[in-house]
Amino acid sequence: MNRTSADTLEKALEKNRYERVEKLLELGRELKRDKAGLIGVILITALVLMAVFATVIAPHDPTDQDLTARLAPPVWYEKGTWNHMLGTDHLGRDVLSRTIHGARVSLWVGAAVVLLAGGFGVVMGLMAGYLGGKTDAFVMRWIDTQVAFPGLLLALIILAVIGPSLTTVVVVLALNGWMVYGRMTRSAVLSIRQSPYVEAAEVVGCRWPRIIFRHILPNLTSPLLTLAILEFARIVLAEAALSFLGLGIQPPATSWGLDVSMGKNYMFMAWWLVTIPGCAIAVTVLAINLVASWLRLISDPQEREKQFARHMAGTMRKKMQAVIEKESRTP
Amino acid sequence: MNDSRKTPLLEVRNLVVNFYTRGGVVQASRGVSFQVEHGQTLGIVGESGSGKSVAVQAVMGLISNPGRIEGGDIFFMGQSLLDPAGRKFVRKVRGKDIAMIFQDPMTSLNPVFTIGTQITEVLRHHLGMTRDQARKRAMDLLDLVDINAPEKRLTQYPYEMSGGMRQRVMIAMALACEPRLIIADEPTTALDVTIQAQILELLADLQQRLQVSVILITHDLGVVAQLCHRVAVMYAGRIVEVGDADQVFASPVHPYTKGLIRATPRLDVITERMVSIDGVPPDLISPPRGCAFSPRCDQAKQDCLRSQTLTPLGDDRHVSCWCAIKEGTR
Amino acid sequence: MGRFIYRRLMHGLIVILGVTVIVFVVTRMVGDPVQVMLPLESTLEQRAAFEKKLGLDRPIYIQFGEFLGNIARLDFGESLWQKRPAMDIVFEKLPMTMLLTAVGIGFACVAAIPLGIIAALRPGGAVDRVTVFGSLLGLSVPQFWLGLLFIVLFAVQFKILPTSGAATPAHIIMPALTMGLPTLARLVMLVRSSMIDELNQQYVKTSFAKGLPFVRVVGLHALRNAGLPIMTLVGWEVIRSLAGYSVVVETVFAWPGIGLTAIQAIERDDLILIQAIVFTAAVSVVAINIAMDFIYKLIDPRLKLT
Repeated sequence: MNRTSADTLEKALEKNRYERVEKLLELGRELKRDKAGLIGVILITALVLMAVFATVIAPHDPTDQDLTARLAPPVWYEKGTWNHMLGTDHLGRDVLSRTIHGARVSLWVGAAVVLLAGGFGVVMGLMAGYLGGKTDAFVMRWIDTQVAFPGLLLALIILAVIGPSLTTVVVVLALNGWMVYGRMTRSAVLSIRQSPYVEAAEVVGCRWPRIIFRHILPNLTSPLLTLAILEFARIVLAEAALSFLGLGIQPPATSWGLDVSMGKNYMFMAWWLVTIPGCAIAVTVLAINLVASWLRLISDPQEREKQFARHMAGTMRKKMQAVIEKESRTP
Repeated sequence: MNDSRKTPLLEVRNLVVNFYTRGGVVQASRGVSFQVEHGQTLGIVGESGSGKSVAVQAVMGLISNPGRIEGGDIFFMGQSLLDPAGRKFVRKVRGKDIAMIFQDPMTSLNPVFTIGTQITEVLRHHLGMTRDQARKRAMDLLDLVDINAPEKRLTQYPYEMSGGMRQRVMIAMALACEPRLIIADEPTTALDVTIQAQILELLADLQQRLQVSVILITHDLGVVAQLCHRVAVMYAGRIVEVGDADQVFASPVHPYTKGLIRATPRLDVITERMVSIDGVPPDLISPPRGCAFSPRCDQAKQDCLRSQTLTPLGDDRHVSCWCAIKEGTR
Repeated sequence: MGRFIYRRLMHGLIVILGVTVIVFVVTRMVGDPVQVMLPLESTLEQRAAFEKKLGLDRPIYIQFGEFLGNIARLDFGESLWQKRPAMDIVFEKLPMTMLLTAVGIGFACVAAIPLGIIAALRPGGAVDRVTVFGSLLGLSVPQFWLGLLFIVLFAVQFKILPTSGAATPAHIIMPALTMGLPTLARLVMLVRSSMIDELNQQYVKTSFAKGLPFVRVVGLHALRNAGLPIMTLVGWEVIRSLAGYSVVVETVFAWPGIGLTAIQAIERDDLILIQAIVFTAAVSVVAINIAMDFIYKLIDPRLKLT
């Protein structure tokens, strides 16, 4: 029976595919177990769909003004109509449509900043961690210095001077936020670099791009993912705050923060103008945080024990006692 | 009226301890019974995971979530530690009449407090001493455990000391309130061999001088032979053999004990291959029925599937094995 | 010790310098300061005269040199908006922000530490799960929205608190709460997590074995060890607030602090005041960072100041 290397290789690859599917299924099971994470994932999916299909789902154009229907209350009030389910703002624009479209901006800014800042930060961290020496010292000093800058103030100033817009907001937030990726990546690289299998790869003659991609990067994905998601949440809040202050997204574009800012002038008579966009922000960020929390839970078994220990212990004891009682009754 | 000499200092009866974890219920202690007399040293031997630490932690009342004592009783100086009145008694007694020394002195000491503080707080809490009284007594204690320059040591932090010295500090803390019973859970495992010898000598010396009872937990048979009057052998959460140390080593009865002694490397006999016990310890989440050792025992019989209990075998020896009992009664 | 101070000061100076350079560059090169500061209808002559007055016609490096020299004397010039020395304005408003920060973060600490400890004592229990969920919620709510909600609730609905400004002691309640709530959420999570880690450590078992009372073991032995990450977070929150993140709360409540002043200065293109504020923020951040390092050493004797 001849076993060629090609046969065994094929078998190995097949096994790998099977393992990957198994892993995904396992993740799905884990998700079902943690209700909070499940809710988070569902919400995020809903939000993404809402953002993507905004033009289809929204009943009105968000910039459509209808001055005859200014400050109309939501549908559950006497004066409310189904035409404007969540009411209208001071220019007669439909709140529901604006809220739906607002998701686009928030999610887009979040994703763009995370990719930009994350990309830059990870590259810097990789270089610092792997190349060491002067590169490392330079990058770390740069990070330490920039971290000590009063970030928000500088952001406000730059935005004011350059002129706020979607692009500038993304750039400024990315400039402010790449350091955390750099630090995390660098420390991960440093700790992995010491490990025996990387040493072995170097000894065998692997060149450093290969080492980074094949050995180091795969170990980074889990903590990086959690970090990226948490940053995403932070960026959504930051964009909202900037827009609220008037230095973020500008009219006529729609942003939740902007809507709150405009609504606050009518806060006392039309509370829904402030509450609804604010809720949208809170729900989005909460969903993201739930997902991040769940990710942290499954990647660190200690966290899991921390979260469930007492609860589980109690349930198991009760089960055991029931079993013992049953057994003691049957002779 | 009970003659205090007749009642054992510590008696553990049928102790059952479970740990409720995500992976299942770990039955760490499945009916453990042993006694310690006044002024006696009991060694408890067994592999990792045999339940040695769990049993003594139960005595000290240190079992907490996700662990729980589910059965049995513990008597100290005749008083139960597990009934409602017992809880209060434990709080009084812990650290004062029963003291414990742990395995790794580096992690057992609080890194951000001086050892002076860590010793004196015991004295001030249990004996109500003033700061100066406590300080003086702390220095005496450090002297007792052969630590030089005690005054300087009091202001040092654990990280400034060597492993052996830290363990001595642990012993000093344990002796602070003149306990009747000291439980030492693998006190030398984390130390260098030469330091091990010193610490063991210190323990033996203290035991002699102060006439304190000691429970010494270890996986090292040599240590037991050196220091202990009696020895109990544990396997898979149960005690399988207990008796006088000399006798147990000279003529072991339980197959596991025999295996352990056979596996101990010796300098006086030249062997080509080391002998080990086949197989691995059982999973305590689903322990085997009957005798837990039977899967690995070369004398296993059908009988061994039945539950076992510690049965006396004369000469103050107890064993938990049908074969051994049959042999003994022959 | 001396070496340590020297290195930290050097680092701090670089930070401050870096920040100043950026603001200098941004305000002078990216925008046209003259355009910004003069009314639109000014003639060319007026512009030239203004430029000369501000010294903007000289080469850039001379301008920068003079700028640095002035800063060293804390002289930023007169605020274009309020027509008085910029630093005077800063020194007026900075204490207000410090007060708000102190009360807000103080409240957060006082509430978070006991809550976090109780949650840590029974992980997975009822208090714990409520705490964790509450924290997630607290972290998800935008601060400006929270502030507005408070105003609607307490100032309008129940009419028990004033809407804005800083006239009376009661005025600080809502702004401080708004400022403190996200900090509270973060702190609680951290306290809980750190305490759970510490309570699993061997020395805690030893302390219990020594028969020490529960409160002492948890509140002194464990908490002191958990203190370091907690201190780090508190310090970071304080720094954030003084570095401009108080802007949002101050805007919503019209609290006359440095954040609100910054926004107003930006709205009015008052570059001089902006420079002064940014400089002050940078200095505060550096100062607090250095102070934190000293506090660490107090808490954990193992740390060596390098």
